[in-house]
Order: sequence, then C-alpha cells, then structure tokens
Amino acid sequence: MLSLRLPIPSESVLASVMQRPPRFLNARNQTHLFCSPTLSEPKALQSSTPQATAADVVTREEEEELNDGTTPPEEELPEGLRRELMPKHVAVIMDGNGRWARQRGLPPGAGHRAGVESLKALVELCWRWEIRVLTVFAFSYDNWIRPKVEVEFLMSLFENVIQSELDKFAREGIRISVIGDWSRLPESLQALIRDAEEKTRKHSRLQLIVAVSYSGKYDVVQACKSIANKVKDGIVQVDDIDEGLIEQELETNCTEFPYPDLLIRTSGELRVSNFLLWQLAYTELFFAPDLWPDFGKDEFVEALVSFQERQRRYGGRK
Amino acid sequence: MLTEKTGGIKSLLFGGLVTFLRICLFKVIATGPIPEHIAFIMDGNRRYAKKHNFAEGSGHKAGYSSLVSMLGHCYELGVKYVTVYAFSIDNFKRRPDIVKFLMDLMLEKIELLLGEEGLVNQYGLRIYFIGNLKLLSEPVRAAVEKVMKATENNKRAVLLVCMPYTSTDEIVHAVKQSCENKRREIQTPVATKLANGASEGVEVMMELRKLANINLVDVEKHMYMGVAPDPDILIRSSGETRLSNFLLWQTANCPLYSPAALWPELDIRHLVWAVLNFQRSYPYLEKKKQKKISE
Repeated sequence: MLSLRLPIPSESVLASVMQRPPRFLNARNQTHLFCSPTLSEPKALQSSTPQATAADVVTREEEEELNDGTTPPEEELPEGLRRELMPKHVAVIMDGNGRWARQRGLPPGAGHRAGVESLKALVELCWRWEIRVLTVFAFSYDNWIRPKVEVEFLMSLFENVIQSELDKFAREGIRISVIGDWSRLPESLQALIRDAEEKTRKHSRLQLIVAVSYSGKYDVVQACKSIANKVKDGIVQVDDIDEGLIEQELETNCTEFPYPDLLIRTSGELRVSNFLLWQLAYTELFFAPDLWPDFGKDEFVEALVSFQERQRRYGGRK
Repeated sequence: MLTEKTGGIKSLLFGGLVTFLRICLFKVIATGPIPEHIAFIMDGNRRYAKKHNFAEGSGHKAGYSSLVSMLGHCYELGVKYVTVYAFSIDNFKRRPDIVKFLMDLMLEKIELLLGEEGLVNQYGLRIYFIGNLKLLSEPVRAAVEKVMKATENNKRAVLLVCMPYTSTDEIVHAVKQSCENKRREIQTPVATKLANGASEGVEVMMELRKLANINLVDVEKHMYMGVAPDPDILIRSSGETRLSNFLLWQTANCPLYSPAALWPELDIRHLVWAVLNFQRSYPYLEKKKQKKISE
C-alpha cells in the first residue's frame, strides 16, 4: 500500500507492487476450502527481493518521519484500517521457513534466519500500530522430534536473537515473556530468558510472548495440575473450579489480554497445530498462503483488513 | 395426466442417475484414505432465511434438511463418526423466544430420528448427546436420554450431537472430575496406611506426591468427547474462520475448512473437496501421528 506522503515511486518499485493482485478485497468471500499448491507456489517462488524493496522503501520513509525519541507520535494506519477496530492481541504461527529455504536450495538454517527478520519487522509494526500483545509460536513441544542438528541450531538462534534484541526492547518499552515447558531448553537459554523477562518486566507498550517448547494441551494440563494441588491443599474447593480459575492458571496469565483477537498462520496450512487451544475459543483465524519469511507489511495489512470486516458475535445475535 | 406421469417417471429416472453417479464418485474417492471422523459447525441458517426472505425459523428447518442429507453423504462415503455443533452454551444468550424455538425444533427432530424412516435405522447409528446436559429443559433432557439409550447397541456408525456445548465447559468438567477422582484415589491408600500404623509425615507425603500427579490421560479420560477419536476434518460453513469454542482440545492437529456457503447451501461438492484435501495432507499428518506415538 503506498501512502500519499511518499514521493512518486520509481518504476521498479511500482512494477513489483503491481505484481501482487489486490487479494484482500475478496478475503471475506474467499472459499477457504483449500490453498491449492498452484496458488501459493508461484507467489513464493517470486524472489522475495522485489517485495522487500517495496516494503523497505515504505518503512524507511516512515522511519525518517518519526522523531528520534523513544515514544513516536501516533502513527497513521495504512489505508483501509480503522484504529478503533484494531485487535488488542495478535497471535502468529510462523510456518514455512523450511519450505522457503528448500525452494531456494538453501539449508533450513537460512530459512529460520530469514524468519527472524520477518519477526523483527512484525514486532516493529505491532509496536507502531499500538497492538498490545503479540504472541508467536516459535517452537512447538511437538518439534523436539526434529533432527538434533536443526533443534540445536534453533536453540542457538533464539539465544543470539534475545541477546541482540534485548537492548532494543528495553529502549522501546517492549516486554518479553516466554511460555512453554522451559525444562527442556539448554541451561544457558533458560538463564538468558529469565534475565530478559526480569529486565523488561515493567515495560508496557507492547508485550511480546514467545511460545517455545509450548503445547496448548500441555498448558491446560499444567493449569489442571496446579488447580489440583490447590484443591489438595484446601485452598480451593472442587465446586469452585470454573473457566475463570483455569484462565488464571494458564501460562498466558502473564498478560492483561490472554485471548488473541486474531490468529495468523502462514504457509497455507489450515490447522492450529496445538497452539493456544483454550485461548483460541473466539479468535478470528486467518490463513495466509505466503511462507513466513515472505510475510511482510502488505500481508499483515491484508490480515488486519479481513479481521476488521468480521462480525464477532460470541454466540449471540447481531 | 399423462404429462404428469411422464414427468414423475422422468424425475425418478433422473434421481436414480444422480444417486448412481454419487455412488461411483464415492467409490473413486474411497480408493484413498477416508477420514474416520468429520466435525461440522452448522453456521448460517439465519442468514440463509434472510437471504431468501423467509421467516427466521425456516432457516433452521432448512438447516436440518441439510444436516440429514450431509449425514447421509458422510455415512455413504464410509465416515464412521460425525460430530455436529447443534447448540452452544453461549447461544442461551439469545432472545428467550428464539432459544425456545430452537429447543422445540430439536425436540421434534430428535423424536423423528428414531422413527422408521429415521437416520438411526437407515445407517445403524449410535447417537451421543455431548455437553452439559443439565442445562437442558426437562422434556428435551428426557428425549435425549431416551435416544441415547435406544441406540446404545448400534455399532455401524456414530453421530455426536453437541448440545449445549462449549469446549471450555468440557475442559472445566474434565478438570473437576480428574481432581475428584484423584482425591478419591489418594484417600484410600492414605487411610489404609494410617490404619496399618504407618506414621504420618514422610511416607504418607511420598505416597500422596506419587498419586497426586494429574496427566494428560487423566484429563482426556473425562472429556465428554472421549467416546470418539479426534476429528480428522473440521468444516465450518458460512465462511467464518473461527472455532467459537468448539472442540478446541480435539482439533489441535485437525485441518480446518471454511467454505463460504451457508449451512443450508452446503452440499456434496464441499464434502468431496474437504475429503480430497484431507487425502492430500494425509501422509504428512499420519507421519506426525506415528512419530508422536513412538516417542
């Protein structure tokens, strides 16, 4: 999307932007029966560079307009988005790094590194557009069965990213929380996470929740265990167990907004894969055909536009 | 009258041809893996009525016909379990006259199910009503219990009707039951130990700690949906892509489809599409399942 404040774009930029057909107009009526391989492959096979150029141009221009201070002025949202309908909590399943790398003949590590860049860009957008919570599915409990080499690579990637981004988070008021079964993570990573959580605990502009070694079912079971212990100790009666009590014991109790308004899953797969099961009860789901490293500002805007068009009824009538 | 008769014969022949073609199509699809369990969120009845300028109730009635024909297709295809989201606990928030209408409609249709021409006899169905049945009014509750009892020996296929149901309610119920059961399980050995003169303190605490662990299997055992395997496909009509508190636990790895068609408009081509896509991702999902089991 080109803002009116931009200078007239050069031909190459225009051409690359025009290559993408405006899909979000049809998002509401789209038959989400399947994302056919023929639909998603050509898009992904287009090298990511032309799209990155367009996004970069837009981002750089907007950055120049910001003050140098840590609290930027209220940013104008892209065309088509309404501020009052912005979701408070967005969740993302960052799927498709492996496929992205394979398509380019690169090792899986390159895909994950590209994925990290995508994530950094998304955090930046959420921060600017005042989304309060962003939860990302970085590593599932089910992913431990992947090859040892890949798992070790991912663990060291997490460590590097936390170390390099911690200062930025501190500067920009981003709070980082990590949910999942920490016990399986390497000691050094555990220490780093504890430290990062402690340092950013008081920040409140954006909360970034990273789900590592996480499983939705495990989350509910651990909530159940702690409730059972409370019952055993007489703190709680069995009859007092209700939805509110379970909500308080889930790992998402680290945030004021535990229930995502919008869940985005990239790479065209149409499933939730054991992520935030309880919390997704009324979440609007958006399935993007792009692979995660290709998911940029345009795709995020498309998801937000689709979200803003939906009627959320929570079981009642309009 | 002759034209009426030929008209009647023509439509019979046409109907027969359509059935024959459908059976052929299902046989072709059945050369690949068939999902064992399909779940439906039957959304869009009211919008259908509005679209065709019908009275509001007609949308739900059309929805029921759609349900009967969709069930027929599923069981013909060889699907063993079908689950439908008939009424959510959140739907009690609607206007009382609407709620009453829906409950009366369900009562009427539940009684039809058992009739001669009903689905139960046609497909040898066992029917479960899933959810917090205590929230139902007396007549509906009685009818529901009657149907469950009457069909408990049927084995060919299973229909699970979720009413009134929400996933969070199901999980709360499972957690409560697990706590209750664990407490009972613990009390017996502790009491025995104390009766046998074991001193309180370390020994009893260790016993308590061993038994007090609640695991995944304990919670799953007490889920209402524990009577069926997890769904292989979840289909929500009317184009909304959300779960609305339906089978959150059971759809952790289940492909989700949301065709734009409203529930009364959903037909065999949407089902075929969903099954074909299930077959496409089947090898990957099966491999994942096997890996998890072997872990």
